[in-house]
Amino acid sequence: MDRTTGMNSSITRRRRRELVVAGVLLAILIVLPLPIHDVYTRNLIIITLLFAGLSQGWNILGGYCGQISLGHSLYFGIGAYVSTMMFVGGHIPPPVGMVAGGIVAAAAALLVGWPVFRLSGHYYAIATVVVQEIGYLLALNWDFIGGASGIYVPFRGESWLNLQFRIDKLPYHYLVLGFAAVTWLVAWWLEGSRIGFSWRAVKDDVVAARSLGVRIFHSKMVATAVSGFFTGVGGAIFGLYVGYIDPDSILSGQLAILIALPAVLGGVGTLWGPFIGAAVLIPLRELSSSYLGSSGNGVDLMLYGALIMGVALLRPQGLVSLVNLVRGRAHGAA
Amino acid sequence: MALDTILQVVISGLLMGLIYALVAAGLSLIFGLMDVVNFAHGELMMVAMYAVFTLWQMTGLDPFILLPVVAALLFGLGVAIYRLLIARALSVRFNRGMVQIFVTFGLAIFIRGFMQFWYGGEFRSITTTWLANRTANVYGVYLPLPQVAAGVVCLAAFAGLLAISRTEFGRALEATREDREAVALIGIDRDRIFALGWGLGAATVGVAGVMLAGFYYVSPNVGANFALIAYVTVALGGFGSMFGALAAGLLIGEVEAITAQILEPSLKQVGMFAIYLAVLMFRPRGLFGKI
Repeated sequence: MDRTTGMNSSITRRRRRELVVAGVLLAILIVLPLPIHDVYTRNLIIITLLFAGLSQGWNILGGYCGQISLGHSLYFGIGAYVSTMMFVGGHIPPPVGMVAGGIVAAAAALLVGWPVFRLSGHYYAIATVVVQEIGYLLALNWDFIGGASGIYVPFRGESWLNLQFRIDKLPYHYLVLGFAAVTWLVAWWLEGSRIGFSWRAVKDDVVAARSLGVRIFHSKMVATAVSGFFTGVGGAIFGLYVGYIDPDSILSGQLAILIALPAVLGGVGTLWGPFIGAAVLIPLRELSSSYLGSSGNGVDLMLYGALIMGVALLRPQGLVSLVNLVRGRAHGAA
Repeated sequence: MALDTILQVVISGLLMGLIYALVAAGLSLIFGLMDVVNFAHGELMMVAMYAVFTLWQMTGLDPFILLPVVAALLFGLGVAIYRLLIARALSVRFNRGMVQIFVTFGLAIFIRGFMQFWYGGEFRSITTTWLANRTANVYGVYLPLPQVAAGVVCLAAFAGLLAISRTEFGRALEATREDREAVALIGIDRDRIFALGWGLGAATVGVAGVMLAGFYYVSPNVGANFALIAYVTVALGGFGSMFGALAAGLLIGEVEAITAQILEPSLKQVGMFAIYLAVLMFRPRGLFGKI
């Protein structure tokens, strides 16, 4: 731990308290699915946890480092394709494929970041969309990875080695819970580390950060690699869980937004923002599309759009600020 | 490749490029004025397409006659969006950049949902117009007249934007773009200029939408693809530059047409995206960007 953290004991105390809160929450989430046997509800919790972890991964680049990527589904898709292809074609167990998918996604993130990080602001955001869109079009036309028709993951027996569970979805709950917990823990650790301070400096004022000796490009590259890794792992888990992948479900622009949204609504650059955002957004989206949008009448989209506008305008710091408000620690809420 | 094929590709790229340029011009205008990227820009175009479709269905009038009506409607919509949403988004104290992106993005989803609700998801098209399905054959080059008309109207709209920039209002717009704090000191109402800027930007994309509806299907999702091309066009030309939008629009139209000819048509957008990335590596602020 570096000096900056040691200097202020109140920060250390706050960070320790956050760890305790996370531990309690983890314990609750471990027992939560046990009394729930309804498949729909269990699926809802699994998807929510998956997006909590994904959005925490996005938050590392988009929140802490301030580089708003609107193309993260590229890394999600790469992770899903790598792990699925390794399992389907190479019979390599998914736990290995998952890590490999994450590593390839991180490498892709570095490869994209190398040219694109010279852009800033809106130019950067649009470039990320464009790179994702190129990936989508190529995947759509690349027959080796299934092209537009996608790939079905064959069922090779119920086991933790294959990460395939047909009888009961409970193991998937623990898989995504583990994923979300790891992303949180890494974000917690990075938040207090030297690189975490560099990121916030880059986010707040690039010129000032550079004059203080922060290596801007290096900081951004580390952020995008970590962020890309977790997004890729999340994609690999998604491929296993759903059992079918195609460019529209894992590489679309809509998905890229859905990965970023929980962090934005919950509170960018905060530890709990992505989790709070996912807990609100994902169930609302799933419930409204199954109860209101089943006939394709668009009411679910109207609700979804109105929610995004409402939160962005009324709670620009994100929903996490409501928690602070309750604690009576709000610093000049808007 | 025969000469007339090459000419055909170049001309169809040019005609599509003019539409892209006009869609991008509206986006660029709003961005240049107040640093806001309107992520609902494609949806404004879609609204214009539905508006002209509905008016055509109700009255049977030709889209050419309905053009000013729809442009006026879109102007009003743009002003309303500014007053209700953007003015508030500009006044937040936290995460201003992110709030702007996601407010307009939420608006895009809302408009899409509303159109889905009102019109359903089917593809619709305007079938009876003066020019529908007519073509001209010039020295073996096939020219679809609705697209030629669209190209001409887009050029006229650019001329119109140029003319506006010479007026009192245009100069106030330019002054606000240069220094939004200082204009208040010389008696320019910044809020009013912003609102009119939004109206003008929406009307511009509305004109593009009406002309596009003459030869393109209408559906709730039609805006998304054109919007992405518009963002690429604006970033390629340089945010805020009107001339950049025109040049980049034409370039992108050509690249798309040529890629579709050389590679598979399903990959036609890869070419324009690649050109965009390549240019941005050397000119991070686009071809003609100043900001």
